[in-house]
Amino acid sequence: MEQVDFSLVNWSRAQFALTAMYHYLFVPLTLGLSFIIAFMETHYVRTGDPEWKRITKFWMTLFAINFAIGVATGLILEFEFGTNWSNYSWFVGDIFGAPLAIEGIMAFFLESTFFAVMFFGWNKVSKKFHLISTWLVAIGSNLSALWILVANAWMQHPAGMKFNPDTARNEMANFWEVLFSPVAINKFFHTVTSAYVLSSVFVIGVSAWFLLKHREILFAKKSIIVASVFGLFASFLIIITGDGSARNMAKYQPMKFAAMENIYTGQQNAPLAVIGFLQKSHADTLINKQDFTFKVEIPSLLSIMAFQDASAYVPGIDDIVNGNKQHNIMSYKERSEKGKVSIMSLAEYNNAKKAGNDSIANAALAKFEDNYAHFGYGYYANRDVNELVPNIPLTFYSFRIMVGLGLHFIALFIVILILTRKNKIENKRFILYTALWSIPLAYIASELGWVVAEVGRQPWVIQDILPTIAAVSQINTASVQITFWIFFIIFSGLLIAEIKIMASQIKKGPETESK
Amino acid sequence: MFETFQYITLQQYWWIIVSLLGAFLVFLMFVQGGQTIIYTLGKSEDERTILVNLLGRKWEITFTTLVTFGGAFFASFPLFYSTSFGGAYWVWMLILIAFVVQAVSYEYRKKPNNLFGHRFYEILLYVNGLLGTILIGTAVATFFTGSQFSVNKMNLTLLTGNKMPIISEWTGVAHGLEAAFNIQNLALGLTVFFLARVLATLYFMNRVNNTEIIYRIKKQLLFNAIPFVIFFLTFTIWLMLSKGFAVNPATKEVFLEPYKYLHNLIAMPIVAALFVVGVALVLLGIILPIMCFEKCHTKGIWASGIGTILTVFSLFLLAGFNNTAYYPSTYNLQSSLTIENSSSSLYTLKIMSYVSLLVPIVIAYTWYAWRSIDSKKIDIEEIKTESHVY
Ligand code: HDD
Ligand code: HEM
Ligand code: HEM
Repeated sequence: MEQVDFSLVNWSRAQFALTAMYHYLFVPLTLGLSFIIAFMETHYVRTGDPEWKRITKFWMTLFAINFAIGVATGLILEFEFGTNWSNYSWFVGDIFGAPLAIEGIMAFFLESTFFAVMFFGWNKVSKKFHLISTWLVAIGSNLSALWILVANAWMQHPAGMKFNPDTARNEMANFWEVLFSPVAINKFFHTVTSAYVLSSVFVIGVSAWFLLKHREILFAKKSIIVASVFGLFASFLIIITGDGSARNMAKYQPMKFAAMENIYTGQQNAPLAVIGFLQKSHADTLINKQDFTFKVEIPSLLSIMAFQDASAYVPGIDDIVNGNKQHNIMSYKERSEKGKVSIMSLAEYNNAKKAGNDSIANAALAKFEDNYAHFGYGYYANRDVNELVPNIPLTFYSFRIMVGLGLHFIALFIVILILTRKNKIENKRFILYTALWSIPLAYIASELGWVVAEVGRQPWVIQDILPTIAAVSQINTASVQITFWIFFIIFSGLLIAEIKIMASQIKKGPETESK
Repeated sequence: MFETFQYITLQQYWWIIVSLLGAFLVFLMFVQGGQTIIYTLGKSEDERTILVNLLGRKWEITFTTLVTFGGAFFASFPLFYSTSFGGAYWVWMLILIAFVVQAVSYEYRKKPNNLFGHRFYEILLYVNGLLGTILIGTAVATFFTGSQFSVNKMNLTLLTGNKMPIISEWTGVAHGLEAAFNIQNLALGLTVFFLARVLATLYFMNRVNNTEIIYRIKKQLLFNAIPFVIFFLTFTIWLMLSKGFAVNPATKEVFLEPYKYLHNLIAMPIVAALFVVGVALVLLGIILPIMCFEKCHTKGIWASGIGTILTVFSLFLLAGFNNTAYYPSTYNLQSSLTIENSSSSLYTLKIMSYVSLLVPIVIAYTWYAWRSIDSKKIDIEEIKTESHVY
């Protein structure tokens, strides 16, 4: 494995990260705003008040602008599994392809069909049918999130599968284990609720702008009420499911967890660093060790958070890399040896099978299966196992900023809700400005959440089974570089256009009289 | 119900589904075709607005069909996904880029402050119509003409030496672009392009309420129908006369067989019937508005549309059924992909088969939703009463 072309692997990663992060700039607003619009239209249909129709239509216009670019960026991602991660597509395609296909059949058609009714049906279908269509768009987009997140969760915690040595790939053994894996369920709820928070912040921020400009006061207040109630409700779920995410991580991806918390040496009663600054101060072989230069910590909280037990042991990066006999942790060196045995046995099995030598084949198969849990580590048998440690500062800081912002949003929702109900919101310019400036913060929190999840699991594409170096397609690096820059230019151009269009639609405000 | 099916039955079932999705996709590419004739047909801004809005209310469904076609292919034939997309990198990337730029263009074209101006988005629509159709046609043609790649799953176990552990290796130098320089592939690409334009004119005839455009459309129909027929015949005759990639059912060995696709047609009379009826319907749809314009111009899209679906469907079946390798390798024959050696596991195909039962429901609600918003023909007055205009 000396011959791994790292520039190819890294450019492929960069391209995936770029396109995924662009896609996720647009997705959360679709997920949440579609529900907010559905609430608003339900209000309209119930009360018959044309003001609600005007409100609904205004937010729908923004929804459409955002939706179009969300769709544009998603297409690339789906095909990138094939174009850039072709080994991956074979190695786990039997399991991973299914959710993608189901997403198309179950969710995308629902979305795109009723999207048309939602926008072109106002004068053509009954009020009720229109309302149902709006709800179906919301449900459809959230279903699409479900399936893609099931796929992603499966990469973090592969479940419900079995390796087939004859086809050299993992095959699905139990669909329900894939769908209802605890990681998948939790990930789905955390991600969609975070999208609801983002959308609520968006609606509140835009409404705050109208209040600051003394325009559309009634419209703005009504929008704020809907959004802040929805946002507050979602915020509490974010904390619960975020806690669940961390707990799953501690259980299934201890390295990611250790990196996120920057724990180098494992301990019982592990404290949680609420705030911390890191510095790399070791030029020696411990390439990844970071020291705290400053921290504020709460004793034992990490142990409690991860395992609901103050005295629970939380392993550190050192324990995971170098092993810890006392706590039954196998070192990476050992795991890579076992992984190598597994990979070699697979080759042996195949050769014996071809030669028709069943007894050798069976022995090789047994050896392969015994060591399969370490399969992916085998690709690091001749490499430095420190490559298996993710970027610590990036994971560490991203996590803290995300959580901090989460708390900020809760406070914002509560304050805004109270002030609006007391009819005092118009004069609180500071609060209104805070609300406006929270819009970019919500996007930052969402992106950073993915950075924690995705950077923290490096270099695994499938946890413990397939590292990036064995997942990539064989293309020349230059091709990937070119497509990277093409996407960068196209997406950035479209993003700027989108923001400008949004801004002028917002400035225009809701239609004076609804048609 | 799928529990009792045999592996090969499910593999064939999924090939049928993928083929149907491909067939619908080609039909729905009338949107792409239409995008290349907006300026030819629409001489004033109002006229162009009518045409763009007619297409704009449909583009999403084409797009979604493309996405689902990809997803379904991935789920049912993952080895194709990893071999073709990773290998023919540039063809697929260009196709994707052509669709990415389409997705925003309708929504952003007429919005104030859209950074690039409406002409820019119209150019993007044109690029999508031109590249999207030609390249997809070219890529599908390689199902018959082959590509240069090798597949060795045991490469996964390469831990030492001078190769990366990569399963599918592409030896075509241009990473897929070489396919576009093969005349036979290009013939199919151009067939798809002109077919998409023919279908677009027929769709417009069915939906536009504006006599001036209608007469321009009538002229365009003929201009595009002639090259379509020429390219289609070129490709088909070539296909019937060329060698094909046959599989020995006993040994699974792939070999070149003269007149293979003609043999497939004869061996599978149902497919032959689909093909013949399909082609006849496409031609009928073109001839109808030319022969009896007043009465039949709205009917062309139905005949040609259904005909397109049947023809493309039968071509896919020709490529995959009757012991044929659907994604042949000219570099290493034995690496060619067949529906048997590239499919998902029995279990996954079963699960996915249950999911496939949703497809009729999808078709039903799509039909219903469209019926309810498409009841009237479109003119500029209709568009001016709309709150959402492209
Ligand atoms: C508005 C956005 C937002 C906010 C305020 C939060 N999150 Fe979050 N978080 C996300 C948006 C997000 C996300 C974008 O949805 C992620 C990325 C991947 C995922 O599953 O969800 C995520 C991932 C993510 C992960 C990594 C999961 C993994 O690796 O699979 C953890 C541990 C948390 N979150 C925990 C929290 C906690 C304890 C929060 C407390 C308030 C919190 N998040 C607020
Ligand atoms: C849309 C939200 C997402 C964002 C913002 C995101 C972000 C990222 C980032 C930053 C990386 C690069 C990590 C690194 O190389 O250090 C990455 C890699 C990757 N992610 Fe995601 N991700 C998202 C969702 C997903 C989902 C839903 C899947 C699977 C269904 C997925 C699959 C992958 C794969 C295959 C890679 C490339 C291999 C690798 O570098 O690990 N991502 N993503
Ligand atoms: C990396 C993995 C991902 C892939 C392959 C992917 C694929 C796609 C595709 C192909 C589309 C366009 C569908 C259409 O034609 O309508 C799309 C749109 C969408 N995706 Fe993703 N996606 C990914 C990540 C995500 C994530 C993480 C979420 C949500 C948490 C998400 C939610 C959505 C939604 C709601 C849409 C609807 C359009 C919009 O974005 O506004 N996707 N995605």
